[in-house]
Amino acid sequence: MIPLYHYLIVSAVLFAIGTAGVFLRKNLITILLSIEIMLNAVNLTFVAFGRYRGDVDGQIITFFVMTVAAAEAAVGLALVIALFRHKESLNPDAFTSLKW
Amino acid sequence: MAETVIFYLLAGLAVVASALVIGQRNPMYSVLLLIASFGALAGLYIQLDAPFVAVAQIIIYAGAIMVLFLFVVMLLNAPKEDGAEWDQAHPLRRPGVARFGALLAGLLVIQLAWALMRIAELEAPVGSQPDGAAVSSVRELGKVLFQRHAFAFEATSILILVAMVGAVVLARKEGTDL
Repeated sequence: MIPLYHYLIVSAVLFAIGTAGVFLRKNLITILLSIEIMLNAVNLTFVAFGRYRGDVDGQIITFFVMTVAAAEAAVGLALVIALFRHKESLNPDAFTSLKW
Repeated sequence: MAETVIFYLLAGLAVVASALVIGQRNPMYSVLLLIASFGALAGLYIQLDAPFVAVAQIIIYAGAIMVLFLFVVMLLNAPKEDGAEWDQAHPLRRPGVARFGALLAGLLVIQLAWALMRIAELEAPVGSQPDGAAVSSVRELGKVLFQRHAFAFEATSILILVAMVGAVVLARKEGTDL
């Protein structure tokens, strides 16, 4: 039997990796992938706590997070495509002006 | 015993694959590594008596969302783009502000681990609670989802509709009529 806090530490490490990715990477697609890592870390926490408490609410919140992540990925990637059409670049530093 | 070994294998795979995702220069490899990470997380969900979440993780995340990412990476021909004129140094070795970000991320782990260590309750094993059968039953899950959380479920369908319309409007060529 695995103690609850092992799951929580795995989740914390994954979340920190996602945060580091958002800070470190200079590629819009990798930044979106890092956000997905963070969402997954939170999902793991929800499922672990749900199992710990013995109810299904943790799993249900995980479904809602998954649908929101799917919507976020669709809109985010559409934005990336629109930005790439304008500047031919995926570097966030290329999009510093408010108007083009 | 076998359970502990499987847990550490899956957790290690998830962490290493996620770390490699942000270490890769080529977004194509990043996407494929993230699929491996999601697979390992699905294994952890099965260990937590949540088989339906595990399957949804594989189908929605590793299937739908990652295919969307792969499609965009291929469409934009991104491997040539990354590391062109902007991104010469390896991102993990760039000095200054980026280091500060990495430091903050490391600090976040230490802080969270420290906080978790101080709560004695969390030492209790996850699987020792009595109603494991209720948690893993899809019937129970559906009952709660469609009764207690029915409004949130309907709101989610509107969210997906809005996201779909928004993605189509954003990604279409400018100046073309719908």
